[in-house]
Amino acid sequence: MKIVVSFIAGAIFSVGLSVSGMINPNIVIGFLDIFGEWNYSLAFVMCGAVIFNLISFRFILKRTPIFNSQHLIPSKKDIDKNLIIGSALFGIGWGVLGICPGPGLVNLGTLDPKIFVFVLAMALGMIIQKRIS
Amino acid sequence: MEKIILPLFGGVLIGLSSSIILYFLGRITGISGIFASAITSIDFKENAWKWAFIAGLIITGIILTYTNPNYFQYTIDKSYLTVISAGLIVGFGTRLGSGCTSGHGVCGIPRLSARSILATLTFMLIGIITVAIQRFFL
Repeated sequence: MKIVVSFIAGAIFSVGLSVSGMINPNIVIGFLDIFGEWNYSLAFVMCGAVIFNLISFRFILKRTPIFNSQHLIPSKKDIDKNLIIGSALFGIGWGVLGICPGPGLVNLGTLDPKIFVFVLAMALGMIIQKRIS
Repeated sequence: MEKIILPLFGGVLIGLSSSIILYFLGRITGISGIFASAITSIDFKENAWKWAFIAGLIITGIILTYTNPNYFQYTIDKSYLTVISAGLIVGFGTRLGSGCTSGHGVCGIPRLSARSILATLTFMLIGIITVAIQRFFL
C-alpha cells in the first residue's frame, strides 16, 4: 500500500511540475532573470505549494501517519556552513541550466540525451558528496 | 491568466503530493534526498517507497510527453560540459545543503523551519545572481 501511495504521490508531483512550467528550463531561467524580461509565473507555483502545505501540514502533523508510528521530520535546527555552501552551489547549478532534481527526473520522458547526462551527473555529485562527508 | 492560474494549480498539486506523503508515510518530500538515498543505500525495504515515488515522477513524465507535448517545448542549448558541471553541483550542493526546491522550499517553508527558509533564500538569490552574470558578462 505504501508503494502505491508513493507512486500516486510521485505522479501527482510530476503533473504539478509539468502543468506549472517548473519542468521547462527556459521558464525557470526566465524566473531567475529578474534583470531581464522577468517571468514571474513560477512565484505562483511556490505560493500554491507553500500555502497548501501551511494549512494541511498543521492538521497532518497533529496525528500519527497512516503507515508509520511517527513523523520523521528533520530535527536539525542549527544553521551551519554546509547548509549555506550547499544551497549556494545548488543555486549556481540551477541558474546555469534551469533544472532542479524533480524536473530533471520528470524530463527524462523527453528522451533528450542532455537530460540523461544531467541526471547521471547529478547522481554522481550526490555519490561524491556522500563519499567525502 | 496562463502565468498565474496554471502555475498556482501546479503548485497546489505539488503541495497535495507532499501532503499525501506526510499524511501516509510521515516523511518529507525532498526529491534530492529521496533520489540520493534511493541510489546510495542498499536498504531495499526502506527504499521501496522512494523508488515508487521516483517511478511515479518518471512514468508520469513519459506519459505527459505524449499527452501534453506543449509542456516540454524547449531545447537545452548549453554544451555537454555545462550540462555535466550543472548536474554535478546540483547533486553535490543539494546533498551538502540537505535539500532542494522541494524539501526546503515546498516542505520546509510551511514547517517554518529556519534552516529551510535560509536555504531557499540562498539558492534563489544565488540562482538570480548566476543568471544575471550570464546575462551581463558572458
